[in-house]
This record gives sequence, structure tokens and C-alpha cells, in this order.
Amino acid sequence: MPDTTNTREAILHRIRTANADAPSSDYALIERAYQQSASMDRAEILKTFADRLHEYDAHVTEATQQTVPAAIAEVLRRNHQHSAIVADGFPPSSLPEGVHWQQESELNTAEGAISGCEVAIAHTGTIIIKGSRRITLLPERLLCVVYASQVVETVPEAFARLQPLAAEPLTFISGPSATADIEMTRIRGVHGPRFLDVILLQD
Amino acid sequence: MSIRVGQAAEAPPFQKAALPLLDDTQLRKNVRHATNVITRKRAAVVGEQHDWQQLRASASAIKEHTLRHLDRYLEQFEKNCTAAGGHVHWAADADEANRIILDLIQQQGGKEIIKVKTMTSDEISLNPALEAAGIHPHETDLADMIIQLGRDKPSHIVVPALHKNRQQVREIFMREMGLNELGDRPEDLTTAARNYLREKFLRVKIGFSGANYLIAETGGVCVVESEGNGRMCLTLPETLITIAGIEKVIPTFRDLEVFLQLLPRSATGERMNPYNSLWTGVHKGEGPQNFHVILLDNGRTRILSDQESRQTLRCIRCGACQNACPVYRQTSGLAYGSIYAGPIGAILTPQLFDMQHAQTLPYASSLCGACYEVCPVKINIPEVLIHLRGRVVREQQSSANLEAIGMKVMSRIFSSRRTFESAQRLGRLGQWPFVSEGWVKHLPGMLGNWTEVRDLRPMPAQTFRTWWKNRQKQKLKLEDSPGTQVSQKPGLKENHHA
Ligand code: SF4
Repeated sequence: MPDTTNTREAILHRIRTANADAPSSDYALIERAYQQSASMDRAEILKTFADRLHEYDAHVTEATQQTVPAAIAEVLRRNHQHSAIVADGFPPSSLPEGVHWQQESELNTAEGAISGCEVAIAHTGTIIIKGSRRITLLPERLLCVVYASQVVETVPEAFARLQPLAAEPLTFISGPSATADIEMTRIRGVHGPRFLDVILLQD
Repeated sequence: MSIRVGQAAEAPPFQKAALPLLDDTQLRKNVRHATNVITRKRAAVVGEQHDWQQLRASASAIKEHTLRHLDRYLEQFEKNCTAAGGHVHWAADADEANRIILDLIQQQGGKEIIKVKTMTSDEISLNPALEAAGIHPHETDLADMIIQLGRDKPSHIVVPALHKNRQQVREIFMREMGLNELGDRPEDLTTAARNYLREKFLRVKIGFSGANYLIAETGGVCVVESEGNGRMCLTLPETLITIAGIEKVIPTFRDLEVFLQLLPRSATGERMNPYNSLWTGVHKGEGPQNFHVILLDNGRTRILSDQESRQTLRCIRCGACQNACPVYRQTSGLAYGSIYAGPIGAILTPQLFDMQHAQTLPYASSLCGACYEVCPVKINIPEVLIHLRGRVVREQQSSANLEAIGMKVMSRIFSSRRTFESAQRLGRLGQWPFVSEGWVKHLPGMLGNWTEVRDLRPMPAQTFRTWWKNRQKQKLKLEDSPGTQVSQKPGLKENHHA
């Protein structure tokens, strides 16, 4: 390994020389006049979230705490799935019976994955998941269960909620994997899941 | 220190490089289509974001603040990333960065790496350096794959292969992946890419990435992408190496709330791109357990010291200025001879080179201001272009070349009416060998630089000054005979279209 200690000092020195004339400015004083709190009521926020997901070609189902196992079973049936792999920390009580729940070692053959989330953003149709990065990536299908109380309207509200998790591995998911690299035509499912199902849970 | 921006040092001047591209109708059609689609989508999602201007203002303020305290934020990033189990390296230039990367790969005994789109690795010409050492880099971004397999050059920051259409991509894939059959629908092509790369994602032990943001507060890194190839490279390998320009650092996690609203809307016209990955050092049992970040200078500290053009370093590489630029839309990115094309390339490339190369790039603009208007971090590109043109002229004057002498002669001629009028008479006489079909197409000697990319109207038979003199005389005569019209500027009519 080349010794880059001197390089480090040299770069920092060049920066300090370049900035010798910089007036000291306070980070806290940076103006943030953009929208930072919700402007819609809860019903509108949830509707916007569902609309955005539809625009991304995701499938949205509504359920309650009692009906969530049935809703999951229904999504799996519709997708002709007999097995799935479940993210760490997903409540077992929400899972239906009669499905083969796979281990992470079977990831390559898993038909789909099921996961919860930390926060979701209505304005951009985004779901934020902590950890579980491999299982939410490799299978063809991802089913994500989102509590209505986890859905915020704006991106800044989501960051305020995520602050305690700032140093965790986080994945922001907005629709299925996609590309527009060929003639700017949006194609679903390049390397990540081709299909995204969301169960929106009233709590 | 040797600063390099891809192969830009060997590139021909913009005006020369643009000529054959202007004749490539297929390429121009592809570029026009792609830039039209992104521009339209961008306008729609920017239009609905009612606080767009406030977001831009905050983004440029955050970047400006960070740049002026860059030492502090880089040290903070280094400290936090190291505490979280990452290793931070510093590279003064391309060669040093390549040496560090090569050493890291060889330590692991790696023969292959999987790469997610990084402009910075193109800037330092990493792939040729790795290949020379017997290491094969697999590009995994669909567009980068098209470029790599087709032995082509990227032409756009966000959509590097936008100059290729589906038939061209199909041909490249069939040839390079050894397929006998392949449809030409975009779906067929992406499926081919998925199948081709899946095995590599699962097998190759070293991943390589760029970074959209380095977070000083946490020591974390954020990568923005669409296809999921980024997530594969960032989570499946045992070792991950990330390269980032020193200007990529932002103070806090929360600052992402600004940039993640501006970037996708500006870059691809989406409210949010499909995937953003954030990680901090090494996470136990989750993702690569060996993580390295290389902080690259390669000319950036020099840009930082230039007050007028420091703002160049705010760039978040969204490509919006390219899509908006009337020059880029005609020539494509290939004319700029640099991986950084379009308006941002016209200011960034020559500065990274300390104005030694790429001196024609600041002229590849009509200064219409469209780039400034769309830039999410409010870089005043026309202002920087003019500043750089000034630097080019000053440098050329000091080298006392023919052009400088010519300018001195011109200033003599223009300073007296008598010399000016006799120069005009001489010009009319002297031009006839160069006029064909009513146009001057080639001028001799140095003047040829001008006609290389333009046709001129010949000088009219009579100048405005002569016409005006005659008209005054005629008018005096005609005032005695009412009802007759004064003739309309005869000699000048021709010249109007020039
Ligand atoms: S200069 Fe501005 S518009 Fe151009 S790529 Fe950079 S951030 Fe985007």
C-alpha cells in the first residue's frame, strides 16, 4: 500500500490555502425555506402514496392488522408463489399459514421476499428499509408491508424520522428496479425485483 | 502531480471533433430523441415541485458552505468512516488513485471486479490501468455495459449511451455475449443484461463504486441509481472500494433531504429514482466486511482557489445542463473529447487541466443561459465560461502568437477612418478567388480557422458608408421631384443573411 499520509497533508494544506480568505460561515444559519412539514390531511397523504406507487407499476393492497395474514396469502396466490423469504424482524404473527418460509441460505431460489419498512414518503412514493439489503434485492418479487402511521408526506419529514438510524444501512425503494438507458424507454426489473407489491396497513 | 481527465489530453479541439458528428444523422437523431424525452419529463416534475427555487437556494448554500470549510468536513468524514470500520485513502491525482486501487485489489488476489457507474473512475482512466495489470473490470450499469462491450465512449453523464439506439445495442450484445438470437425490444435487451450479469454479481468478490454523497456527520456514503446493479455491487461482494472527488462531502445526513429531491428530478425527470443506498463503514453480518474510500483531488483544490470558478465544484452531476444545451444537443457529448461533456464539461475539463488542454471547450457555448436556469445547485455556467475565455485569451496573448499580432494590426486599422476604408477596398478586391456560389467557404492561412465551421457572405459591392453617401446626394436631387421613392439599401440586402 503506498503511503498516502503525505498526500493527505498536502491536499488539506492546498484546501486551507485556497480557503484562507473564506469568511467563517455557520452551518446552522443556512436558509431552508423549502417545505418541511405536511400540507395535506392523512387521507390525502395515503392516497398520494398509493397513487405514486401505481405510477411506478407497483401493486397496492389495503388491509388491517387482523386481515394482514390473509392479505399476504392473497398476494402470494395471485403471484403463483408457494414460498418466500422473510426479512429479519418481520412479525411472525402477520404471516399466513401453508407457505414455505425460506432461509437466507436459500436466497438464490427464493420466489420472493417479504419485508416491513421504517418510513415511507407519499410525495415521492418511496419506502425506506433498514438492513435486509440482500433479501430485498435478489428475488424476482418484493412484498412490503407499510403501516399507515409510517407514511409521511414529504422527504424532509422522513429524514427527521430517520435521524436516529442515520448510520444504519438504509435502502430507499421507489418502485421496481428500472432503467431508461435504451431510447429513454422505462423498463421494469433490470437487476433488482421486477415486481413490487405493497400492503398498506391501517393502524 | 499529473492530472488526467480520461483521454481528454489527446482529444482534438471541439470545433474539429464536432464536424464528423454533425454529419452522423443517426447519432443526432438518437441524441435529439433522448434529450427531448428527459427535458420534457424534467419540466413536468420540476413544475409540480412548488418549492423548487427554495430547494435550489438551500442546495447551493450547503455546497458553498461545505467548500469553504472543506478541510473540516473531510476530516470529520474520515474520522467517522474509520470509526465505523472503513478505511480512508487520499489521492492527489489519477495515477496515485489507480495505484491505491490496484494495490487493494491485488491484496485480495482479485482478477475481476464488478463496477457500478462512476464518472470519477473514467476521469482517472481506471479501466485501462486495471486491464494493463491483468484485472478485468465488469461495468454493470446497462449504459456503461453498452459502452464497454461496444468499445465506445460515454456521451452523457447520466445516460452515457444515449447516442445508441436499440438496434445498435442489440448488435453489440449479440456479438459480445455470444447470443444467436436476441429481440430488439428494450425488454429483451435488459433481460439479456440481467442474465449476463447475475452470475458475475454472485461470483466476483470485489465491488467498485463512486459516491453521490459522503456524509461528514456519520462517515456514511450514499449512492443513487435505478437498476439495482448498484445495490448488487454495494452489498454482495466481500470487499468494496469507493472513489469520490473531495467535493462530494456534505455536512449532515439531513442535507440529503435537499439533494435527494433535486437530483432525480433534474437527472431523469423522476420524482425519485428507484434505489438509493446508504451505508456507514462496515455493518456486521450485512454487506462487504472490507470497505475502502479513496478521496480524490486531481485538480479540485486548484479550482477551489479560483474565486470566480469555484462554484464549478458544487456540481452534483445531474446532466440537466447537457440536456438543455443547444450546442450539446447538436453535437452530442462525443465532441467534447472528455467524459465531462456539455456545459459542465466545458467549464470542468479545462479547469481540471489547469487550462493546458481543452482550451476550445469554453467556446463550445452560445452563452444562452439555459444551463444556469436548470442547474439544481445554481452554478452560473455562462459566468464561469466567460471567466475561462478570459484566461484562455490571456494565456495565448502571453505566448505572442500570430493571432495576437493580427489583433494589434486590426486595432490600428479600426482606429482611423482612412485606413479602415482602404482596408475595405482591398478586401473587396482580394476576396474574389475565395467566393463560390455566393459564399466564402475557405479562407487561406489563419483565417481558415474561422471558415472551417462557418460559411461567409462575400463583402458587398458597395459598403453601407458609400451607399449612405450616395443616398444623401440622391436625396438632395430628388427633393426637387416629389413622388419618387428613395431606393432601399441596395448593396446591403445580400449581407442580411450572413
Ligand atoms: S452543472 Fe448543474 S446542471 Fe450541470 S450537471 Fe452539474 S449540477 Fe447538473
